[in-house]
Amino acid sequence: MKIVKINKNKWAEGLDSLAGSYSLTGPVKEQGCHNFKKLNKGQLPDFDFLNTKLSSKSSVFPQSEAMIEYNLDETADNHHIMKEVKKDYSKRAVIGMRPCDAKAILLVKMNFDTPDYKDPYWLNAYNATTFVGLACDQPATTCFCTSTECGPYHEEGLDVLLSDAGDHYIAKALTQKGEELLACAKWTEAADSTVMEKKKKEAEGKIVSSVQTDQLKNKVTLDLYSAPFWDDIAFACINCGTCTFACPTCWCFDIQDEVKGNKGVRMKNWDTCMSPLFTLHTTGHNPRGEKTQRVRQRFMHKLKYFVDKYDKGIMCVGCGRCVRQCPVNIDIRGVCDKMNGYEPA
Amino acid sequence: MTGYIEKIKQISERLLKEGRVESVIGFRKGSMPMMNEPCIVNKPDKIKDLVWDSNCGINLTNYLTNRKDKICVVAKGCDSRNIVTHIIENKIKREQLYIIGVPCKGMIDKRKAAALATGEITSVTEEGETIRVKGNGFEKAVPKKELLQDNCAICIHRNPVIYDELVGDLVEEQKGINRYEDIQKVEAMSPTEKWNYFEELLSPCTRCYACRNACPLCYCPTCFVDESKPQWVGKSQDHTDIRTFHFLRAYHCAGRCTDCGACERACPQAIKVRQFTKKLEKDCLEMFGWEAGMTLDQRPPLDTFKNDDPEAFIK
Ligand code: SF4
Ligand code: SF4
Ligand code: SF4
Ligand code: SF4
Repeated sequence: MKIVKINKNKWAEGLDSLAGSYSLTGPVKEQGCHNFKKLNKGQLPDFDFLNTKLSSKSSVFPQSEAMIEYNLDETADNHHIMKEVKKDYSKRAVIGMRPCDAKAILLVKMNFDTPDYKDPYWLNAYNATTFVGLACDQPATTCFCTSTECGPYHEEGLDVLLSDAGDHYIAKALTQKGEELLACAKWTEAADSTVMEKKKKEAEGKIVSSVQTDQLKNKVTLDLYSAPFWDDIAFACINCGTCTFACPTCWCFDIQDEVKGNKGVRMKNWDTCMSPLFTLHTTGHNPRGEKTQRVRQRFMHKLKYFVDKYDKGIMCVGCGRCVRQCPVNIDIRGVCDKMNGYEPA
Repeated sequence: MTGYIEKIKQISERLLKEGRVESVIGFRKGSMPMMNEPCIVNKPDKIKDLVWDSNCGINLTNYLTNRKDKICVVAKGCDSRNIVTHIIENKIKREQLYIIGVPCKGMIDKRKAAALATGEITSVTEEGETIRVKGNGFEKAVPKKELLQDNCAICIHRNPVIYDELVGDLVEEQKGINRYEDIQKVEAMSPTEKWNYFEELLSPCTRCYACRNACPLCYCPTCFVDESKPQWVGKSQDHTDIRTFHFLRAYHCAGRCTDCGACERACPQAIKVRQFTKKLEKDCLEMFGWEAGMTLDQRPPLDTFKNDDPEAFIK
């Protein structure tokens, strides 16, 4: 596929052209943190970050999304009829997501786009989006993407991969959608195709953190489930769910009706397996009522159940967000190695 | 502060060997700079994992709630005041506890350290009152005073108020401190300014509830935000719901909050959630002369009634 050179003095101009056909989202620094926000006209994405606080999963899977609306006023003709909330699914682009976040979107897709079930909200947003990645030349010490079948220049899930080369970006179109975006921005100057390969090798060499995952598949599920280390791992956890909210691969959501006066909306909100409410039955029984059970669930899902069900590696792309943001320093890297190396007595 | 650890280990070992307690709650070294992980030690051979330094800002009282065993806990000034509150509120019994008191000189705010660094911080070490922050091609030694958590910088109860054994001499308490400079600024704002200030303050909130969950005071079996019959608060990112959570959380902590800072430290979005609890702390001090967790002999002002209460509505 095509590789082009984008002079940084052509960057703003190109984005401006894109803004004519796409609504743009990119990393913006607000209150000290980078997060993905809609870019206003003329606003440039800010690429001065290791990784964004929250992942870019919100571009296709917002924290709160209205799905259906209804009117409870019995004098109205259409009362109590559920109607899909009208949304704008015209072309959009995410500019500057990390390759790990892009790979994560593909992992999440396995859940939202199956032969039996297709989540229309997620899929409509996904199909409308062109994903433009930003390679990591300075990975963080908590990045372990090279041991999760991903990497700082990983291309899966992206339509374009950008690499910062000082006074210019090198952009590699990876799909038809990506080519269209580059053409729309009028970024067409040919670039030396070997530079990216070289930078990729360098960046991979800078990853200092890793996990062992090779044995996970062979482990007996119930052995891991009843391993003696869970209480110790879970002790510090405050069940805040930060690890799951920040995670690009966590896909769980909750459906809630919110009614004000006669008007109601049915919302899809991020949920978290770390909350006791996640599994609370209407009877009052809670199959995961204890903290240890919830912590175990998170790790077993990511590192065992997912591995067994899909045979596509672990449900973690190694972005390190949960490691950095957990208020009590529960570290998936240590847990993964423990599980991978566990032998029942 | 690193000098305390040997004593903490000695005491823990003795207590475990004598069978005086079943376990010890303390900290072990974390996997990231400036992060220690709360842990529970119940075998003497695990005692070597215990650490104590200026990265022990999590409030360990949070891990005592409703425990039934005999337990030893390491407690700095603020933790000890929350232990007092826990005892008063029947969340733990004094007889169950062996409290290792740590005279505290303040905890480091990792965000302040991060602001010093160009790029990522790879190691932080302390030598007395100097903190050495290292990163990629970067090294700086700064007085600890500059990196203290906001609540530690204005703390006037560094020494534990309740303990069975101390790990060092009591430290001098900070004097002549205005604890409420930031709150006074907000108080002076017009209603519109206040509104905007709070809106801005809360705008990054994801409602993860780390602030609530890190707080030893928040132990309700079902928090009002989690209640579903009836559902008091919606669960989307609706601003009214977010505000409701924060204001009510603060009110539930009124007269009980020790300003330990665990909530603010835990917030992954770095929201200054103490702005709310501190206002109520200030009100309790001004109206009732009350500071939470200082004594086992008096109930907090918001759960007592006096016949000579000056307010007419209560009679
Ligand atoms: S971020 Fe840490 S404390 Fe919070 S739920 Fe996850 S593991 Fe537990
Ligand atoms: S589990 Fe943690 S490191 Fe892995 S993708 Fe999720 S947030 Fe990133
Ligand atoms: S910890 Fe921070 S983000 Fe989470 S609910 Fe509290 S204020 Fe909001
Ligand atoms: S509200 Fe915050 S400062 Fe107050 S006791 Fe709870 S965690 Fe500590």
